[in-house]
Amino acid sequence: MKIAVCIKRVPVMEVKFAIAASGTAVEEAGLKYDVNDFDLWAVEAALQLKEKAGAGEVVVLSLGPDAAQEQIRKALAMGADRGVLLKADAAPSDGLAIARALAAELQGGGYDLVLFGKMAIDSSNQMTGVMVAELLGLPVVTNVSKLEIAGATGTAHRTLEGAIEVVRFPLPAVLTVDEGLNKERLPSLKGIMAAKKKPLDVKPAALGEQKVSVRRMELPPERAAGRIVGEGAAAVPALVGLLQTEAKVL
Amino acid sequence: MPAFKAPLDDIRFVLDEIAGLAAVSALPGFEEATPDLLHTVVAEGAKFCETVLFPINQSGDIEGVRLEDGEVKTPAGFKDAYTQYREGGWTGLTADPAYGGQGLPYIISTVMEELLCASNLSFSMYPGLSHGAYQAMSQYGSDEIKERFMAKLVDGTWSGTMCLTEAHAGTDLGILTTRAVPAGDGAYHITGTKIFISAGEHDLTENILHLVLAKLPDAPAGTKGISMFIVPKYLPTDEGRPGTKNGVTCGSIEHKMGIKASATCVLNFDNAKGWMVGEAHKGMRAMFVMMNGARLAVGMQGLGLAEVAYQNALAYAKDRVQGRALTGPKNPTGVADLIVVHPDVRRGLLRQKAFIEGARALAYTVGAQIDIEHRATDPAVREAAADFVALMTPVVKAFLTDQAFDCTNIALQTLGGHGYIREFGMEQYVRDARIAQIYEGTNGVQALDLVGRKLPMEGGRLVRRWFELVGADLEAASADDANTEFVQPVRKALLELQKATMLLAERGFANPDEAGAAASDYLAMMGYTALGHMWVKQVVAARRHLADGSTNGDRRFYEAKLKTARFYVQKMLPESSARWAALQAGAGSVMAVAVEEF
Ligand SMILES: Cc1cc2nc3c(=O)[nH]c(=O)nc-3n(C[C@H](O)[C@H](O)[C@H](O)COP(=O)(O)OP(=O)(O)OC[C@H]3O[C@@H](n4cnc5c(N)ncnc54)[C@H](O)[C@@H]3O)c2cc1C
Repeated sequence: MKIAVCIKRVPVMEVKFAIAASGTAVEEAGLKYDVNDFDLWAVEAALQLKEKAGAGEVVVLSLGPDAAQEQIRKALAMGADRGVLLKADAAPSDGLAIARALAAELQGGGYDLVLFGKMAIDSSNQMTGVMVAELLGLPVVTNVSKLEIAGATGTAHRTLEGAIEVVRFPLPAVLTVDEGLNKERLPSLKGIMAAKKKPLDVKPAALGEQKVSVRRMELPPERAAGRIVGEGAAAVPALVGLLQTEAKVL
Repeated sequence: MPAFKAPLDDIRFVLDEIAGLAAVSALPGFEEATPDLLHTVVAEGAKFCETVLFPINQSGDIEGVRLEDGEVKTPAGFKDAYTQYREGGWTGLTADPAYGGQGLPYIISTVMEELLCASNLSFSMYPGLSHGAYQAMSQYGSDEIKERFMAKLVDGTWSGTMCLTEAHAGTDLGILTTRAVPAGDGAYHITGTKIFISAGEHDLTENILHLVLAKLPDAPAGTKGISMFIVPKYLPTDEGRPGTKNGVTCGSIEHKMGIKASATCVLNFDNAKGWMVGEAHKGMRAMFVMMNGARLAVGMQGLGLAEVAYQNALAYAKDRVQGRALTGPKNPTGVADLIVVHPDVRRGLLRQKAFIEGARALAYTVGAQIDIEHRATDPAVREAAADFVALMTPVVKAFLTDQAFDCTNIALQTLGGHGYIREFGMEQYVRDARIAQIYEGTNGVQALDLVGRKLPMEGGRLVRRWFELVGADLEAASADDANTEFVQPVRKALLELQKATMLLAERGFANPDEAGAAASDYLAMMGYTALGHMWVKQVVAARRHLADGSTNGDRRFYEAKLKTARFYVQKMLPESSARWAALQAGAGSVMAVAVEEF
């Protein structure tokens, strides 16, 4: 089984973000980066499928800056076989441009499955996987939370509000992975050491025309400090009153 | 419930700017161990500690180890965690690739040691003792022994122990009575009882290799008559599988103050089959290889526990509101202020922070120098590194574990009554930290090692070299006037330590009790001065970043270094002068009291 997994380098969310001087991007100083969470689960899914099949290849693909090699190496340390970095100064804001570059690389690669996370936690566009499927002319199943492959057919669960949808699809296909599919393995020491020796191709991303760009970024307004209305049951009328007249939530 | 997050920012700073990671990775044999790779290893190792080992630390303490029909059961989760640890290759971190190890620098195992101990000291004992056994065997084992056992230790399917202590022979190993009798076929039969043997019996590995100190029939008395033997729990078959059970049994396990998930065993050897490691009667030499590494590792146990205790004390201090700041409310809309506003709480927190960051710098520097000692091409460089390591080993072991115990205790105090309650986890850190002051040679014995062995070694070359090194770094730092406030007090401590060294040489020569009575004060002075030296180095590095703006968006990190250094030199370093005063007073008052007068 030959599986491609597309991963993105994203900032770790624990830090406090600031807007860069350009006003159109996040300030990079002080940020730490990791593989997008959903993409880690996609890598894990690919590794498990390969292990179950007993043979195959897991190829990790990322579009991003040179430093994204670090994230590809992490996936290699988890057990992926080789990596490809489509180098760009930064991931562009135009999702279609990204999808085209990825599709161009994937086209003709003979993949049985192409896996994505359902979204990148930094840009939250939720579109890359779907557009790549369209460009490759492959079936796509989004938000996969359970997965089984038997021969040339796959069965996936999609978790919906209050229900689970069970979907059947033919291979090759594109899947976007949701939370709950698995828990990613930690790269082992052996994995880290082996990853150094695995092939990682770096080539320029064929980005083409970009139609969407970020105009401006702004931080949400500071939340005002809370106010204590009173104490105990006696305070309830005043609180309800304020919730009606001031907060207008009742 | 306590929490733990590896202090990766500080670890990176210390590795890169104080310990000299780049110089280590430039050593011959480390071509592949680039600084980037090493940082990745630390970061992923840290995640393992945080997510696999830390969650079973408290439960392991509560459950403890159990002895059932002569077999020790480790607490829930330990076996799985160990299997993951082993399969991930972590047992072979620094081991020779010829035996399946990863061949990484020692400095990385120093870092991992800290993280393992911070997340789960009991767990760390099992692979830790294997590592000691590996070191002794790789230096003194015959080719046959290496062939037979090394790969098993490296891949962690078998583990190791060190069996020194007997009921009547702890510090004084010269009087041990375990015997070894030649079996005729090159092997020996070992008989005797060892006590307090960590990891002596457990269910984590399929076999256990005991390194046992024993005496041959013709042995001279004292430590010059001790030999070392390797005694497997199961005798290996020709295919290298655990075969028939050897004559060694676990008679009981101790019920103890801390590290309750680490098995401390009484081992009965009854005509157990073993093979000699190294030469007859020269077992202490081999044991010292194990012990020196182990002493540094015990220092890291202290550091790790101080770190995790500090993290939890700090989190509590930033969350708990109680009382008002002396200068007026800092949190006027709340019922009280955070306890972190109170000077006495801050004093405790800063003491922990200043110790931890200074100690980390010292310990990692020693780790790096061990690599240089083993790998540098220039023999003079190797010798200088070896001198530094030998001198600092007792300091790292004793000063770090004494201070760390105090720190865990202060951390507990930060939580008030809640610190005393089990669920908050703090009392476990205090209990666990206590053992580090005792095993691998009590801290009192470390002080004797420093004063009695390390100072006179090579005609005083070790300590002279270190004085020069510290002096030169202080001199260099004083080029910037802004550093005077840091350099001055460290220089004072250094001067007093130099005077103490002279005084010891004079008085100790005339009356050995003078050296004995002064040893602990002397070791503490050296510890305070060594940490002062490390703080000056950190100040210089931090200033460089602040000056050229290379702060990666985090000026606070470097500013806090300067502030913490200031706390250290103003509030902790003076304790060195107090020890100097006590030392000068000599042994008179110590020895004057007759035994009946106590
Ligand atoms: C939990 C635990 C785990 C252990 N694990 C191991 C292990 O894996 N393998 C192993 O072999 N041992 C192990 N030990 C034993 C440990 O190393 C010894 O307890 C330690 O070396 C001290 O020996 P002792 O207990 O006999 O104390 P003693 O030697 O009786 O010392 C008692 C006191 O006298 C002092 N003292 C003794 N001699 C001198 C001297 N010459 N000068 C000045 N002061 C002196 C000591 O500092 C100490 O304060 C372990 C112990 C414990 C508690």
